[in-house]
Amino acid sequence: MVIYGVYIVSKSGGLIYNYDHNIPRIETEKTFGFPLDIKLQYENKKVVVVFGQRDGINVGHVLLSVNGSPVTGRTTEDGKDVFDLIEAKESFPLSLKFGRMRATTNEKIVLASMFYPLFALASQLSPVPKSSGIETLTADTFKLSCFQTLTGVKFILVTDPNMQGTEVVLKRIYELYSDYALKNPFYSLEMPIRCELFDTSLHTLLELVEKSGTANL
Amino acid sequence: MSRQTSRLDAKKVNSELLTLTYGALVSQMLKEIDNTDDVNKQLERIGYNMGVRLIEDFLARTGSNRCMEMRETADKIQQAFRLYLNMQPTVTSWSSAGDEFSLVWDQCPLSEWVEMPNNGLKYCGLIPGAIRGALQMVQLDVQCWFIQDQLKGDAVTELRVKYIKRLEDAVPAGED
Repeated sequence: MVIYGVYIVSKSGGLIYNYDHNIPRIETEKTFGFPLDIKLQYENKKVVVVFGQRDGINVGHVLLSVNGSPVTGRTTEDGKDVFDLIEAKESFPLSLKFGRMRATTNEKIVLASMFYPLFALASQLSPVPKSSGIETLTADTFKLSCFQTLTGVKFILVTDPNMQGTEVVLKRIYELYSDYALKNPFYSLEMPIRCELFDTSLHTLLELVEKSGTANL
Repeated sequence: MSRQTSRLDAKKVNSELLTLTYGALVSQMLKEIDNTDDVNKQLERIGYNMGVRLIEDFLARTGSNRCMEMRETADKIQQAFRLYLNMQPTVTSWSSAGDEFSLVWDQCPLSEWVEMPNNGLKYCGLIPGAIRGALQMVQLDVQCWFIQDQLKGDAVTELRVKYIKRLEDAVPAGED
């Protein structure tokens, strides 16, 4: 059982806590000859693979480094434009490293606030009155479980699609939140949770769940 | 309460510790604030702030559902008194509309050993504040006040709780 991450969204839809637990890091480095058989494009301030998937380099992966020098935006560390390098025959062979980009904190905040109306929409769309919002959302690579408290705080757990007993884990996270975040006198409501005790007890819980399942929670 | 068995720490403290700490707080406030009315207001405010946090602990511990009726709410409040103060107030004096009730108790850990100066202080003013704060977080607006107080010579302490309105705009999606 793999847990990928935990998110807590406040009553007003803001992300107040996020924790990446166990996200596999996908990175591939490969040496290429001229001409490059992968189509790259510059979008959203990243150099992205748009076509020509091979050897573990997938469409959507981002160029991370050229000849060991990390890429920011479309330039390498020594100030050269990535596309100039790729088009010039004399710069080859090139060793390019591609990987899947991790979501930045800003992107996570955007995603969390996108989930909020989605949750409300689901309960509005429901053909049966008095429906709750989204409780689980399953994709082929992950399962998202959401638990909303009576006060409107949402606890979101992203796991392996086969994970069982996520409700119990979410309840436990709620208990941890009510103990370690809310009883901390220096924590103000609706603000991001920066409580070390909460962090450590959450990590302990997630490790326990991954090791021995949810049966003895 | 499933939590007691499954949790790592079911922390219990001697009620005397709470009584003394609360007493120290109130007497310090009386020293620092000249006007007793202001002390009452501050106590209410402290209680409110405690209530808005305590409700999460209550819900996480008991796994309660949303109350759709005032009698259920009264039950839950009674349960909370048992949980946090280890006391069992009686719920009485329902109004005919069913939107107002009294909590009556004759012994409260907060006011044990207290002899009141005669200055209009509401010694247990924290409790109504906490009830109001907690219920507000579950979208229930109530009014809460003492109508009898043992510390002022009444036979029992009576706290009145009155439903004002449901905070519709604050009901979370998927619950309304």
